[in-house]
Amino acid sequence: MHILIIGNGIAGITAARHIRQRADHQITVISAESDYFFSRTALMYVYMGHMHWNDIMPYEPWFWKKNRIHLINDLVNVLDDQRKTVHTAGGKQISYDKLILATGSLSNRLEIPGNELDGVASLYSLQDLQYIESKSTNLKRVVIAGGGLIGIELAEMFHSRHIPVTFLVRESSYSNMLLPAEESEMVNREIREHGIDLRLHTELTDIKGDEAGRIKSTLTSSGEEIDCQLACIAVGVHPNVSWLSDSPIEINKGILVDEFLQSNIADIYAIGDCAELRRPSPGRKAIEPLWYTGRLMGEAMASTICGTPVKYDGGIWFNSAKFFNTEYQVYGTISPKLPEGQKTIYWQQRDGKKSIRINYTEQAVIGFNLMGVRFRQEVCEKWIITKTNIEVVLANLELALFDQEFSPNYAHAVRDVYRSITGVTIRSVVNRKHAHVQAFMKNHQKSSV
Amino acid sequence: MSLTPTVYPSLTIGHKIFSIIGCSGLLIGLISFTGSFPESNLTLILSLLLISTGVIGYSIIQYQRQSPGIQNNFVRVKTITSRGTTAWFLALTLMGFYILLYFFPQSLGLAESGNTGFIALFDPFSEWIKNKPASQWFVYGTLYTLAILLFGIKFILKYKGNKYQQIRTVSVMFFQLCFAFLIPEVLERLNQPSMDLKNMWPLNYYFFFDWNLDKLLQSGTLGLFMLGWSIALMLVISPVLTYFFGKRWYCSWVCGCGGLAETAGDPFRHLADPSLKAWKIERWMVHSVLVFVVLMTLLVLYTYFTGNSHILFLNSYALREGYGFFIGAIFSGVIGVGFYPLLGPRVWCRFGCPMAAILGLQQRYFSRFRITTNGGQCISCGNCSTYCEMGIDVRHYAQRGQNIVRASCVGCGICAAVCPRGVLKLENGSVDLFERAPFAPKSPKGDFN
Repeated sequence: MHILIIGNGIAGITAARHIRQRADHQITVISAESDYFFSRTALMYVYMGHMHWNDIMPYEPWFWKKNRIHLINDLVNVLDDQRKTVHTAGGKQISYDKLILATGSLSNRLEIPGNELDGVASLYSLQDLQYIESKSTNLKRVVIAGGGLIGIELAEMFHSRHIPVTFLVRESSYSNMLLPAEESEMVNREIREHGIDLRLHTELTDIKGDEAGRIKSTLTSSGEEIDCQLACIAVGVHPNVSWLSDSPIEINKGILVDEFLQSNIADIYAIGDCAELRRPSPGRKAIEPLWYTGRLMGEAMASTICGTPVKYDGGIWFNSAKFFNTEYQVYGTISPKLPEGQKTIYWQQRDGKKSIRINYTEQAVIGFNLMGVRFRQEVCEKWIITKTNIEVVLANLELALFDQEFSPNYAHAVRDVYRSITGVTIRSVVNRKHAHVQAFMKNHQKSSV
Repeated sequence: MSLTPTVYPSLTIGHKIFSIIGCSGLLIGLISFTGSFPESNLTLILSLLLISTGVIGYSIIQYQRQSPGIQNNFVRVKTITSRGTTAWFLALTLMGFYILLYFFPQSLGLAESGNTGFIALFDPFSEWIKNKPASQWFVYGTLYTLAILLFGIKFILKYKGNKYQQIRTVSVMFFQLCFAFLIPEVLERLNQPSMDLKNMWPLNYYFFFDWNLDKLLQSGTLGLFMLGWSIALMLVISPVLTYFFGKRWYCSWVCGCGGLAETAGDPFRHLADPSLKAWKIERWMVHSVLVFVVLMTLLVLYTYFTGNSHILFLNSYALREGYGFFIGAIFSGVIGVGFYPLLGPRVWCRFGCPMAAILGLQQRYFSRFRITTNGGQCISCGNCSTYCEMGIDVRHYAQRGQNIVRASCVGCGICAAVCPRGVLKLENGSVDLFERAPFAPKSPKGDFN
């Protein structure tokens, strides 16, 4: 059986690797972006000189040959589902038995005047980074529009080169559709402390150019004109599916797929950013353009393709990011505004650089939000899955601490906050020894069998 | 279009001033080769003071205004840290210095009749500490210790906010200053047998040589204590500590070679090659050296007890001389330190150190130590693999959610420090001692898919 995968990002490559682990099917991965799989999330570190391009490729070139994963660098532009064949820009015709679409995302554009000018960039692909690098000499100011993860990564990238940045965020506080108010404010501070000119409540309305068609300045919703030589648009992404518009594949925003990640056409599947779940699990989105989602879908896909159909299950929500020097982790559900019936424990370090938030109901803990503090995913997940009472969680909170050795034990501070809210004193029943964690997780395995 | 950063911030005036101050200290040392300084404490003090001011001033300027966090900006691009011209110049200078030191100390001014030149520069200091003119080993010890202390301070400033890194560095600075330098020199002043009490066989390959055993056996209680201590360290203390904490207790907390690598070598750690090929070469080489040192030591002991230096076709004297020359001097010294700017600071530890090989075998099969991976949070960015000074492809394990149990890991903890998503933690756990990677069932498809 020949399995053709379009897209060599985390979703497509995870599917390919896991299919190879399970079976001897013929596997071809085709991509127009790069010869080899690389970590998209690490592009910023190449710009900042932390790593070489080679460093962000998780597998050495021999890996693909050894595992008989055939790689092609070419652009697929036509799908003939009747003949089970794709046509490439390079003139190839490749037939398949099963087709996995893992074409990822494209950056959203701002529909404003001047968005086509030379010097307007976004950051998603390898080519985007190459473009930004080529524009990086003699920059006096860069304007970034969009208060999401890519926006702040771009701000950090230019900051590393001492290039002044004006960062326009539409919302009243950075990422406040994702983060609760205190955490969002913490990131505002972190951005400003790095000398970034952060403008909240401000949108990009117009981009002006010179006679040569090069960007000269930007206009903002507050009526200000900001001179700049590069504008980066980071207002989200959308599934890269327009090339399929003439095909019979059913598309809403993304390629519509069922629980088994199959499209409306037999033997054609979609995973990762380009897939849109017909029935997402409660509280989850139909499209989740995330590294982790791509990987989990790739794993489920491989199992289904190899004859053991598995329903895709995102599991307990988790995510992570880094806002300049502040690491961020989330496990479970954390709504920016505390919903009715939920309570929150929020501890923040006096200097405003670290925080721990635990949300819970009368019955159970439902989410952890960490800033500058690392928590152990499997422990948090187990507490959430087993609907553990908040007081049990607090008594065992040391199990979740994942900061490097000799770090302060923040569990005490969190319990103090709980006492100040409820008057209830919780005593710790474990210490930070790894053996406790091992015992805790072992019990989990036993109880789940 | 290129991906390599084309522009990045150059050194500030402050950086340049302190670089010049530091280099002027080195220049004094260089000029002393000509013997044009009068023998006085002042010259040495001035030289060392200038060097210290240069290194510490530079570090303060570099890190004082940075908030805690990792900023490896442009280390992959700067010529000194990316095998550029300056890196080669530094490597050749270091190798040249080692060759003069080991094989042509007279050229540095060493003479029975009274030192001249560079060695003479250290005479007043040596007289002060141990009532003797300086030897080339005294000069080397002084410079080595100074390097660990100065670059240790730099390291502590760089990794502010990371207690594990700071405590570990204070530890290597302490062991170098007291155990490797002060105690042996003072013992020598007191006409007692002197030795570095933390240096054990087989790193201390001459421990079982006849002259060393005789020295210890003929020096009364202290000598016998040292003999007993060294053997207890080797057979009891080391295995017990390695069982509980992994080989890091030695390699990145105590050892002098490790101490220099972790401090002065820190800017070069990303130069260690993480490829599978390098790992294969490493295993062959380091275990060959281990076999060599064991064989050599057995023959030396055989000779010691029987007086017979010939066994079959092997000559114990020839063997021990060969080991001392090729491994002791060329490999651990000339190459070990000279290659810092080319292959990273752990070339000796990784490819040559028989002590690391023994501790590594125990770490892999009988130790509680491992690096824990935090669930599915890895984004495969590659910072861990890039900044592993032992060239371990940490990402290989982290992106699969596997814990890392590797013989070569010295437990420096930098992978955990540079991880932008809080994925890695060094831990000691006991429950799963015989379920860990070396004992786990192998995938039928092998390790590399």
